[in-house]
Amino acid sequence: MSAEAKVEPQRRRFAVDLHVIGPLLALLALVILGMSLNDQFLSAGNVTNVLARSAFIGVIAVGATFVITIGGLDLSVGSMSAFLAGVTIIVLNSLIPIAGGGWGTIILGMAACLLLGLGAGFLNGILITKGRIEAFIVTLGTLGIFRSLVVWLADGGTLSLDFNLREVYRPVYYGGLAGIAWPIIVFALVAIIGEIVMRRTAYGRHCAAIGSNEQVARYSAIHVDRVRLATYMLQGLLVGIATVMYVPRLGSASSTTGILWELEAIAAVIIGGTVLKGGFGRVWGTVVGVVILSLIDNILNLTDLVSPYLNGAIQGVIIILAVVLQRGRKGA
Amino acid sequence: MKKIVKYAAGALVAAALALPGGAFAQDKDAKATIGVSIPAATHGWTGGVNFHAQEAIDELKAAYPNLDFVLATAGDPGKQVSDIEDMMATRNIDALVVLPFESDPLTSPVKRVADAGKFVTVVDRGLSQPGIQDLYVAGDNTAFGRVSGEFFKEKMPDGGKIVVLRGIPTTIDNERVEAFQASLEGSNIEIVGMEHGDWNRDKAFEVMQDFLSKHSEIDAVWASDDDMALGVIEAVKQAGRESEMWVLGGAGMKQMIERVKAGDTMVPADVTYPPSMIATAIRLTADRFVSRAPMAGRFVIDSVLVTPENADEHYYPDSPF
Repeated sequence: MSAEAKVEPQRRRFAVDLHVIGPLLALLALVILGMSLNDQFLSAGNVTNVLARSAFIGVIAVGATFVITIGGLDLSVGSMSAFLAGVTIIVLNSLIPIAGGGWGTIILGMAACLLLGLGAGFLNGILITKGRIEAFIVTLGTLGIFRSLVVWLADGGTLSLDFNLREVYRPVYYGGLAGIAWPIIVFALVAIIGEIVMRRTAYGRHCAAIGSNEQVARYSAIHVDRVRLATYMLQGLLVGIATVMYVPRLGSASSTTGILWELEAIAAVIIGGTVLKGGFGRVWGTVVGVVILSLIDNILNLTDLVSPYLNGAIQGVIIILAVVLQRGRKGA
Repeated sequence: MKKIVKYAAGALVAAALALPGGAFAQDKDAKATIGVSIPAATHGWTGGVNFHAQEAIDELKAAYPNLDFVLATAGDPGKQVSDIEDMMATRNIDALVVLPFESDPLTSPVKRVADAGKFVTVVDRGLSQPGIQDLYVAGDNTAFGRVSGEFFKEKMPDGGKIVVLRGIPTTIDNERVEAFQASLEGSNIEIVGMEHGDWNRDKAFEVMQDFLSKHSEIDAVWASDDDMALGVIEAVKQAGRESEMWVLGGAGMKQMIERVKAGDTMVPADVTYPPSMIATAIRLTADRFVSRAPMAGRFVIDSVLVTPENADEHYYPDSPF
């Protein structure tokens, strides 16, 4: 009897541990794999590349963590980002004659991008809360709307930022502080603040409460609609932040900008241990998830192990494995 | 307008056919509706197709009031099939100009149009069965790869190491890459890396970043597409290795033609695969109804090498592509 009683809690502790460190194990495995396959893998250049390109999806995925935690979903983030990039480029180009080709113009453009992101998030949020429409349907609709708008703005082609302005704006993606690229710094800050908000604030707890049981949350005097609206606006703002860093990378926006980012963000959130049906969110897990996804691409490019036709399959297997790693023992 | 006319003349080898003639006055009264079905503007090249289709339709409508056009853009092959069925059922079209999304799924729907006695023009991607269309206006993917390969041989007589970015896995991409590899045979040019960049700027940027980490020696890049070339150039710039390598794109995007014209050392040339071939097809189809010149057969648009010397001929500042 006593022996059995001892085994039981041990097992359970092990299960909880694996649940938490699952994504970290997957990340570690990928890093070891990468190291063994290519000696350039851990070079400063490659690490910077991988983290900097994770930053867009990463910042968006932090927002998606909150959206999924409240039991919602935002499918429009990729299209929204393309739309914001398009409008930002138009705003920047048209501001040159008025505000000149310096940092003043760029700061105005960034502000426009962030405001528009908030506005787009507000649109999603208000339709979901006041319009009483399923988040899936609302954001599926706005996905199409934003995507079409950017194609329309670009006349089916590409919107390009003025060449001289681009040179000024370029350091926002390519430059950095103390050798660390700006996108990585921004990503880290957003992640840290996100983690604190999720764990330590009333808002974060309200998100989890709404996601696990909306009725109970309502009876507990939580302003469900207000929290929801705020969450979609937060998502919009974060898409804006990601776009502000995206625009200087290639200085252009077209119909292919941000395609399927929403699915990558959702995949990263779930790999990180957030529950897809809501109620529990883990921002640091999302960060790990995003880095895992970028690493897969990077490792496949650095090696010739598999036919490039199979890249998608490898990604699929690793995504499923990462989730299996952390859920496999949950029931034990 | 002058520019447009000039451009049309350049794009159409058979420009003379497009000119209205007084002798065909009696045909001008006959009403005809032409359906045009093309892929939606999902990337730069199809954006160009949309632009040139719209432009050709506007011009032809102005020139021939008796011609009517129905333009539909589709995001996937299924939608394109529905578009064509709708055109047959509700608009009673007399002719169909179609740039198939994919060959196989579109073959039998287009065959039904042809069987109903309509004039069918197929553009760029051929159908899976021969003999369905009356007129085939095609780009030459094999020539695209061959011309590109020959340029590499000419630029690198002593050989060297190159990396290749491929498009979305399709027959088009396979034909181009096979022809490219075939034309490199016998040279000392070694392809050290080949990955799919999906004709996408962002994807190409990331693939090229990884190529640059992996290979310390790269002498040139075949980006095989101008969108991808722009992503590649950005990655090379970031690594500070602009002086080591040059990049060959393809398709004839105006930004790239501008660079060729300006003598950019990273972009010594470009290879055309003009989206304006849709305009050629629409014009030739329209001529079927307003002239008596024979319009059946094949019309192959060459892929040509654009160098600083001839860049002006391939530069369309008004096009979005």
